[in-house]
Amino acid sequence: MSDLRPNTYSQPDAKGRFGEFGGLYVPETLMPLVLELNAAWQSAKTDPTFWAEYHSLLKHFVGRPSPLYLAERLTAHYGGAKIYFKREELNHTGAHKINNCIGQILLARRMGRTRIIAETGAGQHGVASATVCAKFDLPLVVYMGATDVERQAPNVFRMKLMGAEVTPVTAGNGTLKDALNEALRDWVTNVSDTYYMIGTAAGMHPYPEMVRDFQTVIGKETREQILEQEGRLPDAVIACIGGGSNAIGMFHPFIDDEGVQIVGVEAAGHGLDVYNGHSASLNGGRPGVLHGNRTYLLQDDDGQILEGHSISAGLDYPGIGPEHAHLFKTGRARYITATDDEALEAFQLTSKLEGIIPALESSHAIARVGELAREIGKDGIVVLNLSGRGDKDIATVSKRLGMGGISA
Amino acid sequence: MTVSRIDARFAALKTENRAAFIAYIMAGDPDVDTTLDILKGLPAAGADLIELGFPFSDPMAEGPTIQHAAERALKNGTKIADVFNLVRRFREHDQTTPIILMGYMNPVESMGYEAWAAKMAEVGADGLIIVDCPPEEADGLTDALDAENLALIRLATPTSDENRLKTLVKRTRGFIYYVSVTGVTGVKEVNAEAIRDEVRKVQEAAQLPVAVGFGIRTAERAAEVARIADAAVVGSALVDEIKNSLPDSQAGKAKVLEKAAILAQAVRSAR
Repeated sequence: MSDLRPNTYSQPDAKGRFGEFGGLYVPETLMPLVLELNAAWQSAKTDPTFWAEYHSLLKHFVGRPSPLYLAERLTAHYGGAKIYFKREELNHTGAHKINNCIGQILLARRMGRTRIIAETGAGQHGVASATVCAKFDLPLVVYMGATDVERQAPNVFRMKLMGAEVTPVTAGNGTLKDALNEALRDWVTNVSDTYYMIGTAAGMHPYPEMVRDFQTVIGKETREQILEQEGRLPDAVIACIGGGSNAIGMFHPFIDDEGVQIVGVEAAGHGLDVYNGHSASLNGGRPGVLHGNRTYLLQDDDGQILEGHSISAGLDYPGIGPEHAHLFKTGRARYITATDDEALEAFQLTSKLEGIIPALESSHAIARVGELAREIGKDGIVVLNLSGRGDKDIATVSKRLGMGGISA
Repeated sequence: MTVSRIDARFAALKTENRAAFIAYIMAGDPDVDTTLDILKGLPAAGADLIELGFPFSDPMAEGPTIQHAAERALKNGTKIADVFNLVRRFREHDQTTPIILMGYMNPVESMGYEAWAAKMAEVGADGLIIVDCPPEEADGLTDALDAENLALIRLATPTSDENRLKTLVKRTRGFIYYVSVTGVTGVKEVNAEAIRDEVRKVQEAAQLPVAVGFGIRTAERAAEVARIADAAVVGSALVDEIKNSLPDSQAGKAKVLEKAAILAQAVRSAR
């Protein structure tokens, strides 16, 4: 199925390439900064004191390890393999995003940076960034698409409460990709003091590698926990994909385990057959260059980037991390999709059956886990990365279901 | 032709002991026909070289002026094929003014390097500036352009130290574009005196003419830059004239050419 063999996987290469994807496509003004960042990261990566501080913060500030929890009623509902939830939604700030922010704020401090910028879609990365910046007393500017500011109002309030400046971006359609453009424009303007805290395993080298390495705590814990609870590795791991940081964090520690199926779920929005109506970059896009890396993109025949669509602000991005592009191309991971409606259904089902309100992002993975569990069968084990909690989404869902407005 | 058209233009200017005035406009802003009219008028207005922007949906190094110009161009349906056609039609009238296409990587990736280079050569474009293509990622594109004798113009910036400059100037042809401010296009203003030494370093490292851009909005600035560099590039200030005249595209064209003439005059009389 794949040309990747155990213990042979070491990506990216020195140029930041995962196979033919990744790289460093940034304006020349930023090149020295990005190269300096890479040097700082390569040095931190091999420094035990850096990781000791990171793990200490994950334990005492974030509340790790997050539980690996058998979702019994959902398992019974689907009647297939056991479904475990990796409970990233129980992390401080309610999603996996904080794992990355802890790592990056330590790096920013190590580099002596005095100002932080970030982009955010659903607001989860913005909240996680605001959290670490409050804790370490660093000023933060968050760029957020104007559309997202509106549909994620509670997260905007959280960010402001913690002292962040939230800048609504009206360029383009006012979503995540436009926020990324604006953050890059800020960085190119404030080169001497600013650290750009990217929220997903995408963008220019070294971000895809660095964010992955901060998120693999998810998969590493999962390995230990499933071995402890079941005495063996799972038959499959599954996660939703926008930029893909929660997914690569879960997937990466299992890449060499050929017995473990790796399944990513992209947002199919209104449907894969609806032009510009989905956010499935792998299943509905083609390779190109955006935001510093070569990867699969939603684009028209001229290479203009499409906005795409997903009910979930966190998946509403026309690209995907380059390592996913590589895993897709090589066939090591399988990427499927779920529509808005399917995610909404999974959102409600999980709330009712498990007493857990999942993020709309994670609901995309839940929407496909039943089929996967049945395909694997009763004796099997599937681990789903429950990447975030759904409190931020209740207004969107309530409106969509015609249950009236909620002021969260 | 091609790179030699750029070389010939700079060589001629050197004998006149003056800097070049380079005018930037966005293809398709406010519409393709007006762009053609402006292109045809620019050499007479005094533009020595022309940078023709091709629109991209995510122009991450542009300030609001050029972002909005790209949005207007895309909204009215401007395609990459239209950009090449503009050059082709301009060349029916002018065989000597170099045209440099300027934009972002993905439209080039989308078409393919060889096809893009072949198209440039076919229509009579001379050089290419890709904002998000540093030397580290440029080999494939440079190969394709070299094969057609076209120039990939590299950018140097205030953040480029001596080591970086050595990397930057490898495989460069035509001229070097010096981004005079850290920031996006059309926002900060250049201080010509402050970059004098930097420009000289770039000239020495590249052994090529150096054009300065990103921070020139007025005739005064253009003249100052013309004293310390081989060319002054003005973009946002011209594009603003189009925006300020909307929806009257003919008035926009007249204003752009009027402004270009003032800037060109300032550059010509600077030394």
